[in-house]
Amino acid sequence: MTFRLTVVIALLLAASLLALDGQPGVHDPSTIVVDHGKYYVFGTGVGLPVSMSDDGWTWRRVGSLMSAVPGGRPGPDVIARGGNNTWAPDVVHVGGKYFVYYAAPGTQPKAAIGLLVGRTLDPASPDYTWVDAGPVVWSDGEEDCNAIDPGVLRDPTDGRLWLTYGSYFGYIRLVELDPDTGKRLYPARQPLNVAINGEASVMIYRDGWYYLLVTHGSCCAGANSSYNIRMGRSRKVTGPFLDNMGVDMLQGGGKLFLGSGGRFIGPGHFGLLDLGDGVQKFSCHYEADLDRGGISVLDIRPLFWRDGWPVAGENFTEGTYEIESARTGTALELAVEGVPVGGPRGRGGRGGPGQAPVPPPPPIPEQTAVQVSARWPAGVVAVRLSPYMVQAQQKWRVTRVASGGGYPGSPYFKITIDGTDRALTATATGELAAVPAFTGAPEQLWRIDQLADGTYRVMPRVVPDTTVPLALSAVGSSKPTLARFRPDGDRERWLFRQP
Amino acid sequence: MHTHRTFAFGFLLTLLACSTGLLAAGGPQAPLRPPAPTLTRPASSATAPDASGFLRRWLVLEPIRTTGPLTDSAVRAAVTADYFPDQLTTIPHDGDTVRAGDTGLTWHALDTTHYNVNLYHFAYALNRPTSNVLFWAVTVVNAPRELSGVRLAIGSNAASVWWVNGEEVIGLYNDRQTVIDDGVSNRLTLKRGPNVIRAAIINAGGATDFCARLLDADDRPITAITVELPAGRR
Repeated sequence: MTFRLTVVIALLLAASLLALDGQPGVHDPSTIVVDHGKYYVFGTGVGLPVSMSDDGWTWRRVGSLMSAVPGGRPGPDVIARGGNNTWAPDVVHVGGKYFVYYAAPGTQPKAAIGLLVGRTLDPASPDYTWVDAGPVVWSDGEEDCNAIDPGVLRDPTDGRLWLTYGSYFGYIRLVELDPDTGKRLYPARQPLNVAINGEASVMIYRDGWYYLLVTHGSCCAGANSSYNIRMGRSRKVTGPFLDNMGVDMLQGGGKLFLGSGGRFIGPGHFGLLDLGDGVQKFSCHYEADLDRGGISVLDIRPLFWRDGWPVAGENFTEGTYEIESARTGTALELAVEGVPVGGPRGRGGRGGPGQAPVPPPPPIPEQTAVQVSARWPAGVVAVRLSPYMVQAQQKWRVTRVASGGGYPGSPYFKITIDGTDRALTATATGELAAVPAFTGAPEQLWRIDQLADGTYRVMPRVVPDTTVPLALSAVGSSKPTLARFRPDGDRERWLFRQP
Repeated sequence: MHTHRTFAFGFLLTLLACSTGLLAAGGPQAPLRPPAPTLTRPASSATAPDASGFLRRWLVLEPIRTTGPLTDSAVRAAVTADYFPDQLTTIPHDGDTVRAGDTGLTWHALDTTHYNVNLYHFAYALNRPTSNVLFWAVTVVNAPRELSGVRLAIGSNAASVWWVNGEEVIGLYNDRQTVIDDGVSNRLTLKRGPNVIRAAIINAGGATDFCARLLDADDRPITAITVELPAGRR
């Protein structure tokens, strides 16, 4: 019995750690792109397999890119410059067209990067087709480069398009692309070397800095893979890219962004997923997901920023929390009369001259809902913000809801007063309340996204009678409500603290 | 000029208080006190909120003595007790008097020179108690058209309960200081024309005051309204 209970607990713990749901098996994922509300990612494999998700949480395989290419394989020029394999694609949306860059290695380091051009990612669309646009860059097997693992940046400051590529045999290289054709803008120019000792390179931009993220270590050995994501930054897109210690990535530098941890071994192939409103996430694959038998899986996690460097966040985890407004510093609570922890009592004797010190009374136990909820009203109760006093009506249990769907990187959560089933809900008037019991209704399901500054945005899956997405907001020191998320302030930013 | 008017107002208040026996609580020998430094008598029929939207014209009733803590249940009990007829519906006039128990109390029309209404100044100038008291306050906001998605946003020292057009919209409990937009109502609709805002503020000890404004659907202060109290009776 004890063994069985242990197994159940272990399974529950494992379930709470899974990276994505459905069929997340992917290796060398591209950047995730959103087309008409659907999420797409492409990976290494025969024909470049396509994975798709309706919500960013539950994924499924939907065929391959090459199945929509006349001939069903890389074009002859690509195969001639590289080989017949199809690996590690990346994708960018420019001027109404999708450019998919993919590695077509032969006997490495002889390899090429080919280009596919399409207008939609939806396989059900009558416009769904991919056109082979030939090789973009290649390595001849002799030079100090292995032309695989493309990564594309559309520079948000000027619209210029850049491609990095390469893997271990020499340098990570940079070339500029033509946004109209997706091919090299200056094919006669020598590619620029920007890093060594890695692969799966890609650049991102933020606040005047270009960041080059590269995967170091070894891949493709399951739980024995040492893959880890490292980075440097530069004021210019052409480098030099220096790490936090000032070491050039051309000389082996690279600040760690993400290594193995928990049940996931060997993260690699960073991709930025910018969801707007200041919500950024990143995708990667783990070489081994120990909870899925060590296969390679896709994951999506929060991306936030600290001291000018990207930081790999953790998807929200279940637990009991104080939910504190970043705007007001006050805590979300059930609007009931609080009881001091331990009940009313004085501060104790202070002694006096010649008096023996008064021994302290015994510790006061944690206040639970069982202790104080007898006087709480039944039915729907308002919620409000108050100074946090470690009281039971201020402690919220946040729990994953297995059947409630999800959002990029996470399932939805229910938020209940700890020790009760009283559940936070959105109301038809765009306000908040606590219902006496969680029913699974969509207005009781909550999305919790970590923002770029490390705080959280909290949104109900739906708000009754409106299609406008709304977020938990502090309109005053004591008033929580729902409002459109405004990234320029603290009104819709929340902290989840250990209670 | 402003100082003279303030002084004159305080002097008139004192005279009025003496003439109506309102200084009985302090006894007939209670010393005259200087006027409330932040409060004046309205000099116009209508006024606008200030640039930050704060409503600065109110009718305030002289304080009613209370006892008890400022917990949710105690405050609710205090504000739902019967003190005088029609206390949740009356729109008083400046100079109106009511009896709460054995005490005669007068409504005073006030303009505040600050964003907040300093009830301590108000009561102290009248030689009235400032601790363990309940203040009733009423104002009338004229909206040029129906305004939806509006919120009443208040701060109070200490606990307070608020009504708009007869509907309770805010309750703040426990000992607290006045913080702008501390208590905010759900979204509500102001009808075109007069809208009555009513408050009961309970103080335990020390300073006591309140502030109030209306916010639009984007949480911006509403200033395109006027505040117009009924004509006084004195």
